[in-house]
This record gives sequence, C-alpha cells and structure tokens, in this order.
Amino acid sequence: MTSARDTVLGRVRDALALAPTPATAVPRGYRTGRTLPDGERLALFTDRLVDYKAEVHPCTADRTAQVVAGVLRDHGARRIGVPAGLDPRWLDAYDGEVRPDTADIPARQLDALDAVVTASAAGCAETGTIFLDGSSGQGRRALSLVPDLHLCVVDLSAVAAGVPEAVARLVPERPTTLISGPSATSDIELERVEGVHGPRRLVVVIRTDR
Amino acid sequence: MSTFLGMPARPPRSPYGTGNLRGDEPFPRAAHQELGNAQLRRNLGRATTTIRAKRLNATGELPDWEALREAGSAIKTDALNRLPELLEQLERKVTEHGGTVHWARDGAEANEIVTRLVRATGSGEVIKVKSMATQEIGLNEHLEAAGITPYETDLAELIVQLAHDRPSHILVPAIHRNRDEIRQIFLDRIPGVDPELDNVPAHLAAAARAYLREKFMTAKVAVSGANFGVAETGTLAVVESEGNGRMCLTLPETLITVMGIEKVLPRYRDLEVFLQLLPRSSTGERMNPYTSLWTGVTPGDGPQDFHLVLLDNGRTAALADTVGRAALNCIRCSACLNVCPVYERTGGHAYGSTYPGPIGAVLTPQLAGMDAAADDPNSSLPYASSLCGACFDACPVKIDIPSLLVELRHQHTEQTGTTAEKLAMKAAAAVMKRPTLYAGAQKAAGLGRALAGRDGTISRLPPPFGGWSDSRDTAAPPRQTFRAWYASAEGRATLRAAADEHDRGPDEHTPDQGEGGMRRRDGEHAPGQGEGGTE
Ligand code: SF4
Repeated sequence: MTSARDTVLGRVRDALALAPTPATAVPRGYRTGRTLPDGERLALFTDRLVDYKAEVHPCTADRTAQVVAGVLRDHGARRIGVPAGLDPRWLDAYDGEVRPDTADIPARQLDALDAVVTASAAGCAETGTIFLDGSSGQGRRALSLVPDLHLCVVDLSAVAAGVPEAVARLVPERPTTLISGPSATSDIELERVEGVHGPRRLVVVIRTDR
Repeated sequence: MSTFLGMPARPPRSPYGTGNLRGDEPFPRAAHQELGNAQLRRNLGRATTTIRAKRLNATGELPDWEALREAGSAIKTDALNRLPELLEQLERKVTEHGGTVHWARDGAEANEIVTRLVRATGSGEVIKVKSMATQEIGLNEHLEAAGITPYETDLAELIVQLAHDRPSHILVPAIHRNRDEIRQIFLDRIPGVDPELDNVPAHLAAAARAYLREKFMTAKVAVSGANFGVAETGTLAVVESEGNGRMCLTLPETLITVMGIEKVLPRYRDLEVFLQLLPRSSTGERMNPYTSLWTGVTPGDGPQDFHLVLLDNGRTAALADTVGRAALNCIRCSACLNVCPVYERTGGHAYGSTYPGPIGAVLTPQLAGMDAAADDPNSSLPYASSLCGACFDACPVKIDIPSLLVELRHQHTEQTGTTAEKLAMKAAAAVMKRPTLYAGAQKAAGLGRALAGRDGTISRLPPPFGGWSDSRDTAAPPRQTFRAWYASAEGRATLRAAADEHDRGPDEHTPDQGEGGMRRRDGEHAPGQGEGGTE
C-alpha cells in the first residue's frame, strides 16, 4: 500500500503538472538594510514600546543594576527568577530573593515568582519588538512566560531599525520568541485588555551606550 | 510513487461529509436567518469598522507596503510552484532536529494521527492553540468521540467552545457575542467561577486566565496549527496575542502541530515579509504581541516530543486548478472579511465553513468541492459576493478574490447545466427578440411596484428570479417604461433639448460630457426617477 507521504507528494506533483505556472522570482523591493542613528532608534523604539503599554527605562550600562533594582522595588517584586547565565552584576543592587532557573523547575514554581529578569537577543525599533532566543542570559521560554512581570534588558546596539534588519540577527535553529508589549486580547467587543495568559507587565531597560 | 509518468491524475477534494468545510444549508437561506439578528449585525458592523480603520493606519505607516505585498505574493506563488521539493526539505529539517513528520491525505487521517499520538502519551486531555486547520478537520469533535478532552485556550475560542457555538470570524471568532452574553456563558460553564463576575472585559479575561492557568500548568499534550513552516531550516511559526500560544507551545511534554501543506515558506528570510504583512493586515497592529518560532526539539527548553502533521485535505485539488490555486496563497489574516459588505451583514456562520467571508467563499469550494449534490451548500458560496473588489485591495498577498469567484461561478454553471440565473437570461433573450412580447413584459414589470415595499425595493421575487432576490433586494421597476416615456410629451421635449445641446458644438465633448451621455442612456430606464440600478 502506498504511504500517505507518497500519495500526498504524488498528488502535489500531479497538480503541478495539470496546472503548470511559470517560475516566479521574488521581488524584494521593500526596505532592507536600513540603519538609523542611535538617537532616532532609541526614540522610535521607546515610542513603539510605550504605545504597547510597556514601561521603558533608558539608561547607561553602568546604571543597569540601579535601574533594575528600582523597577523591581517599585513593582514590589520580592522573589525573582533569572536565567542561569544572566550577568550577575545586573542584580548587584537588588536585595530580594533571586532564584536561578534550571530546566527541571516545574512551571508551577515559576508561577510563584513575582518577576523574571532576562537579557535579549535583538530588538526592532519600528515595531517595538524584543527578540529572545534562549541563549544563556535569556533562559528557556517558560521562564520569561509564566511570571507576571517580565523585565527585559536590551542593548540599544542590538536594536535594529526594521523587521528585516532584526530578523537577520536571529539564529533560526534557536527557539525564538518575539515580544511586542505585554500579553493582550481584544476578543471581547474588541476592547483591548492587557495581560491574559502571558506576563501582564513588560518593563524594558534600554542600555544606550552598548 | 502513486502516479504513472505523463499521466497526472486530478487530486481528490476533501471527502464529502467530513470536517467543517460545508454548512447545512445554502448561503442565501442561512444568511436570511442571520440578517434577522440585529445584535449580530451591530456587533459585526462595529468590529469590522474598527479593525478596518486600524488596519489602514498600520499599512499606511509603511512606505513600502505595496512592495511587501508584491514580495509576499511572489514568495507564496514560488513556494507553491516548488511544493514537492520544499515539503521534502521541511520534513528533512524537522527530522534532523528531533521532530517527527506525519502526512495526512485528508482530515479523517489527520484526526486519527493526532488521536493516536495523544493516546500514546497516556493523557486524556489536550490544550489547544487556536488553529484553522484543526477547525477545518473537526479535530475537537473527533478527540471527544475518542474520549479525549480538548481545551481551547484562545479566549474567543474558549467562549465559542463553552457555548457549544461555532466561530464566526477567522481572527476574532466570538465577535458575534457581546460582553453580557460572554459573562453568562462563563457563569454557566466555568466550574468554580466567581458568581459576582461582572461584564467588564478585563474581569472576564481574568476569569478565563484563572481557569486556563491550571490547565497550562498540568497539561501534558498540546495541539497547535502553524502560520508558517520554513523549509530551509525546519522552523515553525505561531503568531498570537494572548500568550496562550506560548503556554501551549512551551509547557507540555508533547507538541503536535497540524499544518496545511500550503503554509510552507522557502527561506527563513521570508519571515521578514510576512511578519510585516500579517499583523498589520490582521489586527492592524505593527506587530502582534507574541510570535513563537521553534525548530524541532531543543533539549531543556519546551516539549521534548514534537510531531508535525502535514495536511492535504483538498489542497492538492485546489493546486491542480490554474485559477483556483491562487487561493492557497492566503495567510488567513481576515482583512478581506472586514472589508466585505456581504460578510459585514451576514456574519461568518452563514458561510457554513471554517473559512468565512470572501476567501472562504473561494477556498471552501476549492477544498471541498461544490458538486457532490444538487443542493450542496458550497455551490451557493461563489454567489455570496457583490464582486465589489474591496477584498482584492485589502489582501496582503494580492489574491484576486473577485476573479476567483467569477471563475467558480463559471465552473458551477458548467457543472449544473441549469441555474436560476441561466434560465432567467434565456427567458430575457427570448422576450427581447420579439417586440410585442417585450412591450408586454415591460407592462408586467410595472407590477413589480405592487410587489415592492415602501422603500421601493422588492425583497422576494417570483420564480425563476427567486435565487436572485434571496441574496439581494431588487429596486422596483420605474413607474414608466422607456417606450411610454419616449411617447409622452415630456419625453419628446427632453430629447429635443438634448439634441439641441449636442448641436451647439463639438468643443463640449469632454470626457465629462461623454459620461453625461452615458448617464443619459442609463437614465432611459428611469427617467425622472434619479436612481436606477439594483446593485
Ligand atoms: S484572502 Fe488575503 S485578505 Fe483574505 S484572509 Fe487570506 S490573506 Fe487575508
């Protein structure tokens, strides 16, 4: 008996033989390879993030620890989760409980955390998007998903102008999450509600001199 | 290989009577019922107007929007052209990264594969990400029959599921429900819900969050669809807003993804196009809150058992049609629904299929056929359109939906031989050939005024024109026929004035005048009435 695989592939070949169409080249006349000066990128990125109800804190790299601690204090986060590879200096000024993540910690325990602090792989200014790719400072996907507050540290140098420039920074094989603002739904009479299943609050700390 | 060289066979449609690609009654009848629902029309009208405005903002913001549409259209066309090679590449890449690929000839086979995979985990329940493909094949019903409980986790899908209802829109499936109805559904159906729950959307969303969080924490198996599958890398993409997708794709041990074979993209880079086209066309946002991209299995992160089910279910039949295959370019953004005047009034249920609106009217007959029975509801779908062209303008991948609808009408007429419209045209031709009959018919048409309501429209015509009036109101014929008007003193005077004007000089033959001339000719049928046409 023919396998489903062979049958489906055979049908595809038959279909193409019955309705042949000429080979199509892909015109890529849309904007690519865009660059913007730091100031404009920061302004655009911030504007988009704020539009999405994210909280934004630009700072210099040497102020990271103060800003991170300040945000966590303001939000009353006493117990936070961090990826095992997070730069420990970022938490120097934080006096709450820090729980480094491991793959075997069940989701239910993540649910008991007040916040999570991660780094990021890239950003996109035009859309206000943060990219996480699971490398050591960002941790596994569950960690940045289950706690209610996500504090993400982004280097301005990793924020690209547009989507093509940002996608070019990704490593396809890595599990990647694109985040634009906190979780949201508009399913009830199209009224936007922030925070359904993902983090209800997103704070982005942008380090402007890195 | 299943085929003989040089003798391609026409691939089969989705088997009749399976899945959710066919309603119980023809569009005009279903639409008539929905038209009586003022609540539905109000909800829909508000929703489509809002999304439409947001979408225009979001697309207008990009100076290269048209270039993105060009690219998106070409990428999809190119992908369909190279489908065999791309599917094999996707399979190879997913397998290399620790996933397992399954092939399903139709919905029934896909349902069986998913059920078998769930059973193998020992779990009696699955959590689900909103997915058109699993809707299409009726996976939930199949799982339930097999003793497995599916939990929809998208808020709108949850509302629909709890209410034992059907989705009415691709993007916002519960748009036909208002907050009071949703509150009542939650009070009735969510175990342990706070009886004091009010109708504030934020509170309703919080109730759903509390209910589903427990499921996310405990579920062992998730089922999702996919917006894109990248052949080059084996990467799959799910685009969403609420985070329920991330929960399902990340927390369970086993993930089963059902993907239509037309969702394949050649290169990873192609995502740069669709990540701009999809959110802006769909919700009118610059970017949707969450997009998940994963490639097979990643040790220590996410499900360690990943299955990809590649679904045909009539897609190859659509592919074999030179005209119809363009419908497979669809990325399910729902922009065409929100601009469609027919959809806006009837809502999604009238289409009877998982795919409503303009694209549904094309895709549904393509996938499932419209020939199995004389009163096949799918046969009526190509007529569920005014052919105004708004859907073509809105479509991010430039699918010429109006032309596809016309082609399907043609195919339908060819198949059935006789239709009400064909009959009507035959009758009209016969009458026009004989002047006395024609004059008589015009007198008879005057009777139309007696049939018409106060607003001057007729909502139901006698046979054989019933098919026409089932889906649209007809303007009552003018009080006077052209012949009667021509013969009258008023008519003669008007014509003389027009002729004099014409004689006054050729310099007035501007394009505007030309149009005026056209108008006058139009007006022949309704002199002194000012308005004529029915559509
Ligand atoms: S046909 Fe075009 S506009 Fe309609 S849902 Fe598909 S992609 Fe969107």
